[in-house]
Amino acid sequence: MNPDAVIRAEQLRKHYGDVAAVDGISFEVPPGESFGLLGPNGAGKSTTMKMIGGVSQRSSGKLSIMGLDPDVNGPEVRAHLGVVPQQDNLDEELKVRENLIVYGRYFGLPLSYLRPKADELLEFAQLTDKAKSRVDALSGGMKRRLTIARSLINEPKILLLDEPTTGLDPQARHILWDRLFRLKEQGVTLILTTHYMDEAEQLCDRLIVVDKGRIMAEGSPASLIREHSTREVLELRFGSERNATIGAELQGVGERLETLPDRVLIYADDGETALEQVSARGLHPLTSLVRRSSLEDVFLRLTGRSLVD
Amino acid sequence: MTSGTDKQFPTAVPALRAHPPSVSAARARRWGAFFYAEQVLRVMRGYSWSFIMYSIAQPAAYLFAMGVGLATLVDANGAAAFGGVTYLQFIAPALIVSAAVMTASGEFSYPIMDGFKWRRVFYGPHASPLVPQQIAAGHVLAVTLKFLIQSVAYFVIVALFGGSPGAWGWISALVATLAGLSFGLPLMAYASSITKDSGQFALVQRFIVVPLFLFSGTFFPLDSLPVAVRWIGWISPVWHGTELGRVFTYGMEENPVLTIVHVAYLLGAAAAGWILTRRQFVKRMGQ
Repeated sequence: MNPDAVIRAEQLRKHYGDVAAVDGISFEVPPGESFGLLGPNGAGKSTTMKMIGGVSQRSSGKLSIMGLDPDVNGPEVRAHLGVVPQQDNLDEELKVRENLIVYGRYFGLPLSYLRPKADELLEFAQLTDKAKSRVDALSGGMKRRLTIARSLINEPKILLLDEPTTGLDPQARHILWDRLFRLKEQGVTLILTTHYMDEAEQLCDRLIVVDKGRIMAEGSPASLIREHSTREVLELRFGSERNATIGAELQGVGERLETLPDRVLIYADDGETALEQVSARGLHPLTSLVRRSSLEDVFLRLTGRSLVD
Repeated sequence: MTSGTDKQFPTAVPALRAHPPSVSAARARRWGAFFYAEQVLRVMRGYSWSFIMYSIAQPAAYLFAMGVGLATLVDANGAAAFGGVTYLQFIAPALIVSAAVMTASGEFSYPIMDGFKWRRVFYGPHASPLVPQQIAAGHVLAVTLKFLIQSVAYFVIVALFGGSPGAWGWISALVATLAGLSFGLPLMAYASSITKDSGQFALVQRFIVVPLFLFSGTFFPLDSLPVAVRWIGWISPVWHGTELGRVFTYGMEENPVLTIVHVAYLLGAAAAGWILTRRQFVKRMGQ
């Protein structure tokens, strides 16, 4: 047990009737760590986040945030946190800057602090020129950055981000990652859920892979890949008709084989050698690609399913 | 004695620091409802022009039409039916109360659905140190202030038209505010229980608000209606508020027990509505 952990969950459970959304998960997060919950939709990530955020009561287990129980000391726990929810809930009838100020008021922060702080955060979120715009005039990426700026108004030590870049275009995602990286450098503890493996790899020091409310694996992105996958992956496409039937002919190539509807994956430490072996068997795919293993492969290995359906 | 090291240098601008989380939590526990009310009022400020028009132009138009137009006709046919006062004086308290109830039907319906479902604005503060019941209370506080401003404005215009001859007429603005809450809070409890909008609020408007407006002794005394429909008035916050308002604006003679019943009814409906609203907010936001 880490005595410095800012978040500690032990056998955390949440049931809705007979359905277990979170089914006995345990983890600890030390201060300053960037910790991820990776899993498909419906895995229980958001429910876990709501319990950490002190807005949903757990069914059983133990949970402490900064040494406080969120079910008992909800306001005290939430005063420590910054929260970026999955769905933006900005006040669209207020101006961009006013959204920050109003949110800061919920923490009892005085206007003498909030006015300059709002300007500082708008600068951080690259929204200074939009300060007086209405929220509904912002793009999706801008709204997301504003939501992050809003979550920082109380200078939280812990930031909860639920699917922070879902629905954003690649450029908007990269801007957002950059901002989150800066926060991490400032020592803010980041807890984020995502079903994007590249996001998890970019941002997380350590993560848990969650499926059906349970932890499937835990570790750093690199260690998870090392442990559960090969160094490289050979992706072959034989056409949707043939992918399924050709699997038998590929047996013995590489360490492991996964047949998906649109492609065949061969796990091998040396992808090029594996491709030569495929050709040697007289099989000629329509396309072939050798890439490094990713968390997607880890997830596929652990659950037999893709992260993004 | 001063040495070189004691020399005073201008101090740098202090870095911005938020107060500690424990202070945030303590302030939120104490003042959270007011913090949320501030947000609602800031949003309302965006509509201040239409609010001013609604609060001044509409009463003026109503009073002109009723007080100058209809009243001329009614007064010419005998004022006895209205307790010896002019028709304008008779309907003025009813108009003030009705306006508050109409406002309540708007402020305690769609914005609640908006907060929970459409734009989910309640869930922003929900992640802050505020608790659900403070979010509900903040909304109620802001709307109460709106009722009060609107009712006072309405009363001032009524007084200018000569519609409130007594010295205690201003209390009718408070009565209207209370009537607005006694209708609005049960509506808010209902609105916060709805998860899907299938036109329920339009039905409330057509089949509850409008009948209450028409059959609550607004334009004619309730006892001039057939007994079979008088119950609409008895259960209506508009009637209880209107009758109470008449006691204050022109000193309508009424059995004191009935006056107490009006106050008790309005307070009771508002309190019941608040208890149910509070329960619904806690239940819905604590899942």
